[in-house]
Amino acid sequence: MKKNVYSYSSCILETLPLRVQQSSFSSTFPGKRLGQAAWSSEGFGSHWVRSVSVDLNNDASLVIDIPDALCERDKVKFTVHTKTTLSSFQKPEFSVPRQHEEFIWLHDTIVETEEYAGLIIPPAPPKPDFEGPREKMHKLGEGESSMTKEEYAKMKQELEAEYLAVFKKTVQVHEVFLQRLSSHPIFRKDRNFQIFLEYDQDLSVRRKNAKEMFGGFFKNMVKSADEVLISGVKEVDEFFEQEKTFLLDYSSKIKDASAKAEKMTRSHKNVADDYNHISGALNSTAADNNTAFKKHLEKYAEVFEKLRKLEDRVASDQELKLTELLRYYTRDIQAAKDLLYRRARALADNENSNKALDKARLKGKDIAQAEENQKQCLQKFDKLSESGKKELTSFKARRVVAFRKNLIEMTELEIKHAKVRRLKCCVYHYMFTRQCSGSHGKPGNMREF
Amino acid sequence: MESPEAARLSAEDISPSSNGPKAEPMLLDDDPDDLFAEATEEVSLDSPERQPILSDGPSPVITPVTPVMISSRADVFDRSPDQDEDEEENRDTFDIQISVSDPEKVGKDVCDSLSLCLQTSLSIFSRDEVCVKRRFSDFLGLHSKLASKYMHMGYIVPPAPEKSIVGMTKVKVGKEDLSSVEFVEKRRSALERYLLRTVKHPALLKDPDVLQFLESSELPRAVSTQALSGAGILRMVNKAADAVNKMTIKMNESDAWFEEKQQQFENLDVQLRKLHASVESLVCHRKELSVNTASFAKSAAMLGNSEDHTALSRALSQLAEVEEKIDQLHQDQACADFYLISELLGDYVRLITAVKGVFDQRMKTWAKCQDAQVMLQRKREAEAKLQHANKPDKLQQAKDEIREWEGKVQQGERDFEQISKNIRREVGRFEKDRVKDFRVVIIKYLESLVHTQQQMIKYWEAFLPEAKAIA
Repeated sequence: MKKNVYSYSSCILETLPLRVQQSSFSSTFPGKRLGQAAWSSEGFGSHWVRSVSVDLNNDASLVIDIPDALCERDKVKFTVHTKTTLSSFQKPEFSVPRQHEEFIWLHDTIVETEEYAGLIIPPAPPKPDFEGPREKMHKLGEGESSMTKEEYAKMKQELEAEYLAVFKKTVQVHEVFLQRLSSHPIFRKDRNFQIFLEYDQDLSVRRKNAKEMFGGFFKNMVKSADEVLISGVKEVDEFFEQEKTFLLDYSSKIKDASAKAEKMTRSHKNVADDYNHISGALNSTAADNNTAFKKHLEKYAEVFEKLRKLEDRVASDQELKLTELLRYYTRDIQAAKDLLYRRARALADNENSNKALDKARLKGKDIAQAEENQKQCLQKFDKLSESGKKELTSFKARRVVAFRKNLIEMTELEIKHAKVRRLKCCVYHYMFTRQCSGSHGKPGNMREF
Repeated sequence: MESPEAARLSAEDISPSSNGPKAEPMLLDDDPDDLFAEATEEVSLDSPERQPILSDGPSPVITPVTPVMISSRADVFDRSPDQDEDEEENRDTFDIQISVSDPEKVGKDVCDSLSLCLQTSLSIFSRDEVCVKRRFSDFLGLHSKLASKYMHMGYIVPPAPEKSIVGMTKVKVGKEDLSSVEFVEKRRSALERYLLRTVKHPALLKDPDVLQFLESSELPRAVSTQALSGAGILRMVNKAADAVNKMTIKMNESDAWFEEKQQQFENLDVQLRKLHASVESLVCHRKELSVNTASFAKSAAMLGNSEDHTALSRALSQLAEVEEKIDQLHQDQACADFYLISELLGDYVRLITAVKGVFDQRMKTWAKCQDAQVMLQRKREAEAKLQHANKPDKLQQAKDEIREWEGKVQQGERDFEQISKNIRREVGRFEKDRVKDFRVVIIKYLESLVHTQQQMIKYWEAFLPEAKAIA
């Protein structure tokens, strides 16, 4: 029997309590724990993670998760928790606080490590983006005086939900990044990774100074030149030729799909918000009314409130299973492309070294050096090609499995939501039509279900 | 886009679920404050308790709706001479069906011509079925006549759909785009609702102008209905004058009921407008959702094409197809959102204006009564003066005038009483209709939702094996 994803068992929640510090908000949110009721139906953390990339955290010798996170003045502090049986670590279990910049530092150092050139480097987690909730909070503050109590409460509710959603997402993507590293036979042994996990002081990751930022920009420019390079370079290997064609096309398509999915999810949320406002407006109207209409209005408000909740769930689940999946793999495809770039560069270097060797032989000068250079280039290229092939093959397998899992889960959730919505609408329908015939004293027009 | 017909929920809509009543609460258990956790057990398909619930009085689950406020006075009025009208309404179906259809443009005249079909068994009509052609201006003309005949008596005359200059110009120019199609449908639907409201009013149904409008094949052209015509401008001027008068009339309200009701309608006006705005936003966002879903569908199809893993590629293409179908569902739902709820609220916003107008009429009547009393007083004073001045013929004239004004005062008081009585009855009827109207609409809306969900379940269930087939 498939795990009932609908019941958020409290044990999952307990591994993931999110504390929100009040300093990032005005007195609107006195330092309370954002209610778990605001969460979507989906159990969190490890469950999502495993659906995005199934081969993670399976090895008990190194298990990493982010059980806790704190939001302070828009800076998020993640608690990185490690459990390990490996002797290279000092303790079997420990936790350290880390900020986003430190994750980026780790990613960059791995990217810059020559040894890993033949591997797909797990994409860096995107920066936590609280722009949406921040804007909403601003609007809430501004409009406070002109809103009724109900409207204010509703907007606050929306704001909390959105904030929580952003928060959850950012925890997940940071967690997945670490788990990709820990699950990989080579990355898990990386020295910097170990430091990241273990070192209980601040890593003092300097803000990138101007030169480094410029350097980064330059690197990106080189990358786009690389794109020309890999399309230009003559490919002898059938496998890589296919991969190149595939990845170049697929990356633009998946980026587009991810953007469109995001818009679609956003629209769902807007509809949910509208239901929220309608419910509030119905309640306000009911409050002022003291005729028979009042009870009806209150019931209708209830209907719309239920519709809102359901629409919210549909939106969240769609976001998780579809939008986040697409976003994640957009980044991963990019990482795969980076591997191709590196290999293409190595191939170019290899060809250049061949040419240099020929020239040296012709001139009769520096032959040994040229030979050595050529040998090294060839070695590097071969190593890259070999590990690259392995990586790309397992990447494809991983991707297919993840898509399958997520599409199945998304579909099952959609069906479930639709059934619940149908049921609830039927219940209300039954109730209202019965009232209709009830007040006229005969069962008359009763529709048979 | 068509306004949703009254769909019927049939037994197939709710699949006799393999989940018996026990399983249902599980679906809802993520909603701890869900009152319906119990209600579902009552509602379950095979529940034998269902029948008794239907034939008994209200069940304990549903709190009976009791009018909380209405003072005893109003009750008395409900049993007024118009009681038989109320009874007629209470009959199960209101035995008249009107449909407005086939909108056409006529010549260079911008007004659409529409077919109006009437089916009824009521005896005031000469035939069981009638079909006539009417112009939009005819509808406006009808309303104009009814308003002038009945509003000053305190009857709430349903307002006609508004002329929309912008929309009309587009249709004039002959743009066949989506928005002009929508506009025509919107107007058609609005006219239909307008007529239904009008004939629901027991006094208006008997009105000869209404009967003529519904039955006779030829109708004298209504001339003074063009928005910018001379008569139109005169109407606007009168409206402005009324507004000014309203501000200057300070009525001593002796009747708390009227004061309270007026305040309630003021509040209701504000709230309904807000509610209407929220619903319009819902319609807008739902349309956006539809557009974005379609756009995602295309993108997913492209992704599927690009995907080199065969089974995944097929699944993605299927996903794209599902999303396309769902886009259509969103469009249909947006239609329901609009034609059911948004238009209902729009109608009620306009109705409230008519209701407020009727209260204003009462004020005017009161003012007239007051003026008559002032006049009478003056005449009496004049007569008293003339008593001393010994001018016999003028005295006689003064006495005549006094009698005249006494009559006017009496008439004014009668009018005021009558309009107050009428308004009480009208408001009572309005409040009853309001409950019915909203309930009918919500019921239809829920039906539309059930159908949408039903379709969604079908589509996703068809897709599930495709997703599972990815290997």
